Amino acid sequence: MIRFDAVSKNYPNGTTAVDDLSLELAEGGITVLVGPSGCGKTTTLRMINRMVEPTAGTVSLRGQDIREIHAPELRRGIGYVIQHAGLFPHRTILDNIATVPLLLGWSRKKARARAAELLELVGLPAEMAKRYPNQLSGGQQQRVGVARALGADPPVLLMDEPFSAVDPIVRAELQAEFIRLQKELHKTIVFVTHDIDEAIKLGDNIAVFRTGGKLAQFDTPERLLADPADEFVAGFVGQDRGIRRLSFVKAADVPLRDGPVLPATSPVAPARAVDEPWVLVVDDGRRPLGWAAVAELPESGTLADAPLAPLGHTFSLVGDSARAALDSALLSPSRLAVGVDAEGAVIGVADAYELSAVTAAADVAGAPAGDEVGAEGPAGGER
Amino acid sequence: MSDGEPLVRWQWIGDHAGELADYTAVHLRLGLLPVLFGLIISVPLGILCHRLRWLYPPVLTVANVLYSIPSLALFMIFVRYTGLTEQTVMIPLTLYTLSVLVPNVVDGLASVPEPVRLAATAMGFGTVRRVVQVELPIAVPVVIAGVRVAAVSSISLVAVGQLIGQGGLGYYITRGLQLDFPTPIVTAIVLIMLLALTTDALLVLAQRLLTPWSRSKVTAS
Repeated sequence: MIRFDAVSKNYPNGTTAVDDLSLELAEGGITVLVGPSGCGKTTTLRMINRMVEPTAGTVSLRGQDIREIHAPELRRGIGYVIQHAGLFPHRTILDNIATVPLLLGWSRKKARARAAELLELVGLPAEMAKRYPNQLSGGQQQRVGVARALGADPPVLLMDEPFSAVDPIVRAELQAEFIRLQKELHKTIVFVTHDIDEAIKLGDNIAVFRTGGKLAQFDTPERLLADPADEFVAGFVGQDRGIRRLSFVKAADVPLRDGPVLPATSPVAPARAVDEPWVLVVDDGRRPLGWAAVAELPESGTLADAPLAPLGHTFSLVGDSARAALDSALLSPSRLAVGVDAEGAVIGVADAYELSAVTAAADVAGAPAGDEVGAEGPAGGER
Repeated sequence: MSDGEPLVRWQWIGDHAGELADYTAVHLRLGLLPVLFGLIISVPLGILCHRLRWLYPPVLTVANVLYSIPSLALFMIFVRYTGLTEQTVMIPLTLYTLSVLVPNVVDGLASVPEPVRLAATAMGFGTVRRVVQVELPIAVPVVIAGVRVAAVSSISLVAVGQLIGQGGLGYYITRGLQLDFPTPIVTAIVLIMLLALTTDALLVLAQRLLTPWSRSKVTAS
């Protein structure tokens, strides 16, 4: 789809922004370019729509050398989203979104109808159409930026740190929204970020660049975390890559055991007989209520009378990842993670040590392909 | 002024209403056409100065030197070429506007945020289209601020043109001095001030209509 052949970009002052890059980006996937500042990731991105021309090598799009395409024409066929949205302050939201269709010569009416559709697609209310960009929050502006990039339904989308100028909560929202959109649209997306977490969360493939514009590793997120090519990549993906790998394991694959689970209606006696320090108390639907410390149970009565320590959080076997499960174990007073089904009923428990077995299993089976589990899961407790 | 002569004889104003209106129209033309011409020169020149950075300092210097030449001297120079005509007044006034308008066009273009320029390029605007459809509209508030200054100063400077017989309402000032009769002088001054203030108010209104986006700061959720 997009292919770099021995591409370099040198500037007259002697700096090398990109050094002999060869890379092939698959159609219909998200490729994230990530690296420290000055690693050439943005330069690489801008070479795809000829905002930067390489000094050596060729960039081709669907087999055609992009130098053969008139630059403005090429750009109208490639969506572009930038960090501060870069909306046109003098145009209404609707006309901002209609920019590329209008450049392509669509009628005003048709372009605006298309823009109204896109406004809805990115989750903004229709009454925003007539506002101006400075009347919107940063997150809303960024959504408009995405809608504008999708204006003429381009097959390729370039995104240059699109979510890095908003606060973390809005960023998480935009990322989830972005994943949802991509599931619908299947664009070929090239996404630049300096944030490795974002790269792992969003990328189907990740290209890690090092300072001086050299490609350090090009791999799936799972492979990147499991098997970094060298010290630099290992350092860049961070100290906790072992824990991050759990994001790619489905919670459903976690080995669970029954554990000490008793209904609130149960008398105290059987609980006192349990050979564990904590008992999980559940309601009639087996939904967890809390942990009761065996040592502090009352002499008589039912478990409903026992003081309960809060659960921390549970993890869902239908949407969450093993990472959510591990987090659940760490926050639990009993050190046991509680796995629940779609209705919230307890399926079983596991401690951190038992959970760690899933990564070993993943190593044997090879890294699973596909999206990160739980990136938009319903019960996603990792925040 | 002779004793007992009032500052304003209302009777005189009433008698000369038609003539005053004619002179006001001439004054307006002599004052505002130079601003229009100045804008026609400054916009392309400002775009050029914005794109070719090295060009800006010399252009600005020339514009400022022109502005520093006393208007009377400039009128006298142009009389040799264009005679005692309206052009002789309007050419110097046009040149004067450049020292305000060129920098304002350049500053206006510089006020376009970099991400906006970048986004426009990335969307597939060609250079000319980007300047016309994105950069100039965003520069409008700064440019109009310059036009306001240029228009007010141009309207007040027209009166000096009376020294070569083309001064619009300035006619009444010299007339009043010659006749030792204050009414026309006061009337002319008041009318010139009114013209300047009205023009300024209309320009503010024009800016509001042209740039509804620039004042709608709000309430983001």
